[in-house]
Amino acid sequence: MAMISLQQIEKRYPGTSAPAVRALSLDIEEGETVALVGPSGCGKTTTLKMINRLIEPTGGVLLLQGTDVLQRDPVELRRGIGYVIQHTGLMPHRTIRQNMATVPTLLGWDDTRAAQRVEELTEIFDLDPELLDRYPAELSGGQRQRVGVARALAADPPVMLMDEPFAAVDPIVRARLQDQFLDIQERLKKTIVFVTHDVDEAIKLSDRIAILNVGGVLEQFAPAEEILREPANDFVREFVGAERGLKRLALIKVGDIPLEAGPVVAPSATAEEARAAIEAGGFDFVSVVIDGELLGWIDRDMLDGATTVSDTTPRPFNAYVTARDSLRQALDAIVTSRSGVAVVATHGQHYKGILTLERISKEIIS
Amino acid sequence: MIGAVLQQVAALVAQIDPDEPLVRWIWISDNMDEIVGRGLQHLYLTLVAVVVGFVIAFPMAILASRHRWVVRPATWISGVLYTIPAIAFIFLLLPLTGLSLTTVAVPLIAYSLLILFRNTLAGLDAVDRDVKEAALGMGFSSRQLLWRVEVPLALPVIIAGLRIATVSAIGLVTVAALLGRGGFGQFILEGVDRFFPTPLVVGVVLSVAFAIVADLLLVGLQRLVTPWAKMAGTRTVAT
Repeated sequence: MAMISLQQIEKRYPGTSAPAVRALSLDIEEGETVALVGPSGCGKTTTLKMINRLIEPTGGVLLLQGTDVLQRDPVELRRGIGYVIQHTGLMPHRTIRQNMATVPTLLGWDDTRAAQRVEELTEIFDLDPELLDRYPAELSGGQRQRVGVARALAADPPVMLMDEPFAAVDPIVRARLQDQFLDIQERLKKTIVFVTHDVDEAIKLSDRIAILNVGGVLEQFAPAEEILREPANDFVREFVGAERGLKRLALIKVGDIPLEAGPVVAPSATAEEARAAIEAGGFDFVSVVIDGELLGWIDRDMLDGATTVSDTTPRPFNAYVTARDSLRQALDAIVTSRSGVAVVATHGQHYKGILTLERISKEIIS
Repeated sequence: MIGAVLQQVAALVAQIDPDEPLVRWIWISDNMDEIVGRGLQHLYLTLVAVVVGFVIAFPMAILASRHRWVVRPATWISGVLYTIPAIAFIFLLLPLTGLSLTTVAVPLIAYSLLILFRNTLAGLDAVDRDVKEAALGMGFSSRQLLWRVEVPLALPVIIAGLRIATVSAIGLVTVAALLGRGGFGQFILEGVDRFFPTPLVVGVVLSVAFAIVADLLLVGLQRLVTPWAKMAGTRTVAT
């Protein structure tokens, strides 16, 4: 059973001919993060707000954990759903501590329990405890945004709704908040629906993306990788924009694709063998590896006058990628390296293989 | 207009004995009881004007912030009342309520009404929409939203209204001296009538001092109840 199920949901505002949202159906599973994206007027915020009844649907059925939200008391319903908005909406006259304890207080938790929860959240969100007794106006934009998300999670709701949660902060802070969000979500496994106008944010944060067109028409609802690989139609293709291939590369991990072994020699190899390996590899270097451990690289010049590889001092790779990096990062490593190839190793320098431009472009085309 | 006033002042000054000092201290100590009595009357009338005015204006403003159609008629009525000159207002009421306290209190309340209504409404309207939306989204009922979010956040502007209403009420009470209920204004009238500067100076100085003290107390109250407003740099709106 889907955690949130929108069935033929419609929203018409009085006095307008076209509905803001028409016959929209979406099933959101437990523990997944779904992004609603689309141009302005696509009804993404309206759709989000219909889930907690800040906006009442005029048609269709909206089920939350199997029950029709219209059958529930809206105030009680909202207390069970986390809600985050763009400008946080922190209460300026309440301290950070009081702000974070808002929903627990509404639910009538006793002070000890609420205080304990605030402590927990402070830790989870890596907030400075000194901030707790300040007022929102004394915090930076990024800090306020973190408090906004922490506040939404205070009563540990299974579902969280976020309306452009990171749009109001600068790009550097935004990237940090997004990373933190991913970390926390990995641990908490909430069911999250968020609205964004930023396709890259949707790609980065969500398990599935719902792309809406004007009037709340669902154009495609799929994982980011699929949307980038196979856009359902021209609208989606245009909306996800240029660099579709690059964006997809950001979603594929180096470890997900087969690697080439690459030219490798052991320190015990002769200079002759090393030269042959360079020749065979088609690059101008050979990796020096002993018992799976990467020592560095050598080229033909370094082999001059050497009898064996151990006579040389292999140079460390300036940049290598790990299996957990994305193909986009690998591509960056390739284009910035002199050798035109990315060497894959673990952080402990265990040699895994190499990744070439050809291999990556094959991935883009497939 | 100004010329006429100056002529009157000159005439008044001409009739005062040139040897008469500005303040006869003995008069003050001889009349201490009356000064205290007038002071209490002044305080009482001011409190009635502001408190009763607020009791009417506050629910009116809440109603208007919830139902926008109320704004127009409420502003219109309180606006019309505000334009009636104080003396005219008192004489209009005389046939109805005689020389009673009501005749004095009604115009005073009517004046504070407009100031308090407008400021309270402005304060409620100025509450950040995002804050209200987030509060609703977290499950505040509409009553909780009003008392826990909107009213506390409107306090700086509401108190700014109370300051203006209080200071103007203190000034207006002196006009009620015409009916013998003017607090310190009584001394001003007495001084003018008897060409005797001491009560006039006492009346003016005490009225002004009262207004300043009341204003400072309200500023103090605002600092006390809105510790957050200092950091937020909250704008106060005055009508």
